[in-house]
Amino acid sequence: MKAILALEDGSLFHGTGFGACASACGEVCFNTSMTGYQEILTDPSYKGQIVTMTYPLIGNYGVNRHDVESWQPHVAGFVIRELSPVVSNWRAESSLSEYLEQNTIPGIQGIDTRALTRKLRVRGALNGFISTEGIGDAEAIKRAKEWPGLMGVDYVKEVTHKQAFAWDPKDEHSANFNVVHGSGPAEVREVRDPLPPADIPIVAYDYGMKYNILRRLRQHGFKVQVVPATATAAEALAYKPAGIFLSNGPGDPAALGYAVQAVSDLTKSGVPIFGICLGHQILGQAFGGKTFKLKFGHRGGNQPVKDLESGRVEITSQNHGFAVDPATLPADVAVDRINLNDQTVEGMRHKTKPIFCVQYHPEASPGPHDSTGLFARFRAMIEKG
Amino acid sequence: MPKRTDIHSVLIIGAGPIIIGQACEFDYSGTQACKALKEEGYRVILVNSNPATIMTDPEFADRTYIEPITPECIDKIIAREVEEMKRLKANGKLVLLPTLGGQTALNTAMALFRRGTLDKYSIEMIGANAGAIERGEDRQVFKDLMISIGLDVPLSGTSHNLEEARLVAEKIGRFPLIIRPAFTLGGTGGGIAYNREEFDEMAKRGIELSPVSEILVEESLLGWKEFEMEVMRDRQDNCVVICSIENFDPMGVHTGDSITVAPIQTLTDKEFQIMRDASFAVIRAVGVETGGSNIQFAVNPDNGRMVIIEMNPRVSRSSALASKATGFPIAKIAAKLAVGYLLDEIRNDITRETPASFEPTIDYVVTKVPRFAFEKFPQADPTLNTQMKSVGEAMAIGRTFKESLQKALRSLEIGRYGLGGDGKAWRIGEKVYGDRDILPREVIAPKLSVPNAERIFFLRHALRAGFTIEEIFQLTKIDRWFLTQIKEIVDFEEELAATKN
Repeated sequence: MKAILALEDGSLFHGTGFGACASACGEVCFNTSMTGYQEILTDPSYKGQIVTMTYPLIGNYGVNRHDVESWQPHVAGFVIRELSPVVSNWRAESSLSEYLEQNTIPGIQGIDTRALTRKLRVRGALNGFISTEGIGDAEAIKRAKEWPGLMGVDYVKEVTHKQAFAWDPKDEHSANFNVVHGSGPAEVREVRDPLPPADIPIVAYDYGMKYNILRRLRQHGFKVQVVPATATAAEALAYKPAGIFLSNGPGDPAALGYAVQAVSDLTKSGVPIFGICLGHQILGQAFGGKTFKLKFGHRGGNQPVKDLESGRVEITSQNHGFAVDPATLPADVAVDRINLNDQTVEGMRHKTKPIFCVQYHPEASPGPHDSTGLFARFRAMIEKG
Repeated sequence: MPKRTDIHSVLIIGAGPIIIGQACEFDYSGTQACKALKEEGYRVILVNSNPATIMTDPEFADRTYIEPITPECIDKIIAREVEEMKRLKANGKLVLLPTLGGQTALNTAMALFRRGTLDKYSIEMIGANAGAIERGEDRQVFKDLMISIGLDVPLSGTSHNLEEARLVAEKIGRFPLIIRPAFTLGGTGGGIAYNREEFDEMAKRGIELSPVSEILVEESLLGWKEFEMEVMRDRQDNCVVICSIENFDPMGVHTGDSITVAPIQTLTDKEFQIMRDASFAVIRAVGVETGGSNIQFAVNPDNGRMVIIEMNPRVSRSSALASKATGFPIAKIAAKLAVGYLLDEIRNDITRETPASFEPTIDYVVTKVPRFAFEKFPQADPTLNTQMKSVGEAMAIGRTFKESLQKALRSLEIGRYGLGGDGKAWRIGEKVYGDRDILPREVIAPKLSVPNAERIFFLRHALRAGFTIEEIFQLTKIDRWFLTQIKEIVDFEEELAATKN
């Protein structure tokens, strides 16, 4: 199966197709994680994007039903250097190619992903078109050029759950994955760490939330009511939550007037708020600040973030193309975390209200667990009341 | 936190002569350390008996002692240097950096600690103190420590009679089992039992031979997947993984004799992160305050069980590989961390703009292949086991594993251009085969099941002779992912051979 990737600047990459026989437009971006492709594929924040993995060998450990971050993959297309012809891991249930095929997502392999990444680093994220349907060069470039792009588009509405729901009331999906231990019984295949009681009710806004955020919240004793992105402050507060959580999500944060309005109202309610990624950008706007588009975004599992108050450095998992402009923030909001690579804002804290947020992903998945403590910080903030 | 100002002079112990099991990697790390510490304005004192090292060039240290690396000798050097510092009216102390000269330096530093030299002159060990070195190096102390922090180790138990031994065997639940009699010279009477009969016999014999009638029965990890993590820590407890490594050869072959690959290829992110968390737990529990450590894991390919095998509380052989594989100069940064800097205060040498507090992510594959010299030692047993036998190594970088493996094999300078297909003959024992000859299965099978220096080439012979991946896996326990990669190279060789000109 021949495949093509065209960019809006007219560049073309010819390779071999895998996954579905399909075509799609999207913003072409790159992720530098060396593991975790299944989590990346299923992260709703990638809605509207064609993702390139900079690590060249992908698919080695296959896919399984547990390492998902939502109900399906969301990327528009997947670009890699070399697809593994076999899967080799005791947890694997099927192959990456089968998985993408089932989900009608086209993949391209055998292209020079390093050349593509270098182009994206110099030019910034570019719109593109990917096809495994035998589409010609001129047509592919035309489709890439015609695609209107991500700016100003509300992708959140496409990935948010339309109805409110209680997360995992029977505790079937929330326990932390662990490997078997020699001291345990021999017949156990997968170990799940025990869960504490769910004794703090919170409302989580779903802008395209990763499951691992929900799992982590539950692991920290939160009873989570999920509401759609469009829920108003009054609708959220009707659940009488002890805290409000704002999730990650896709696309341009400036296109979400309704969410900014709801969060702005919530900040006046006195209920503690914790935001991640898009949730952080929405909070930034609710505080009166502005967001801007980063040249090529932060996508990977090795971004160093410094906690300016403790001096500690955490290696974080990140996936964002926009950032909050610190110059536009009011005086009662402190920037308490920065990215050590480019000094951009990675965390904010309200100086007088119980509100904090981070631009990165403390729930990891994929990526390092250095920042898991932020969920405990949220809990402590609520308990302090 | 800036660098320490209470230090005047730093004593670095080199690695001594090059021997099998230790090439020039500790010259590399020691040289880096000398440079880094001089750059910071410290007075560097170096001891190394090996003149064929970069570090003993006059410009790398303020004082270089070409003297035997023995506690007695270094004791005298310390006494002399303490006097010298008085003469210099040094305002600051003399410290010892033991973690950059390999095992020799570490052992010597511990001997100096035990004989009281360090206390006598109040010399602090920087990087890792005596307690941490002991926790990392003493097998039993280390194992108990790992259990105390909830990490998994090979199952084992001691017994004094056959009944007890059988109970331990039952608890472990599967063969093979390792039997080690207590206090027998050179471990006489020990061995590996593959079934109940063998076990009963060995256990009985072991108990008889042991002067205290005691044996240790331990679970065997033969054939498990082997992984390594290169970790760094600063004195504010920031930890980073510099490089993850997957061994091509499963457990049973010394890491130094294994083909190794960076980064890890066959773990999901969930498993990788559990390994990363465990690595940090190990370095913290052992108490290596600053610098690098190498932590080795075994993973059961059937259920993912992850067992800690050992840790090196120092810059190790793999550190040189990890530094070159990622561009992160482990030894240089370990030296700077030892004198008080934090990871985010040190610049990344590659980007020059970002700090060293990050985890290198690479878009290529690195393969290291050991170089053997059995042709020079006809009496030596070429079987590979837990004792290192290689004399050196070659590393190569490629965009695929196949590319890096082929380049590394070519770099060995053993006359081959890769796995084969280069038109050169194969000399196997007394017999000589043509490059494209199909070798008899009975010649191939034993070369697969018993690890040896030429096994990598016999994977090609086996595939060409019609062995399936599954058959080869059963004989070698080399992960099917690696075997499939080798098969792709072999298939391509056939494709090339079929399209002459």
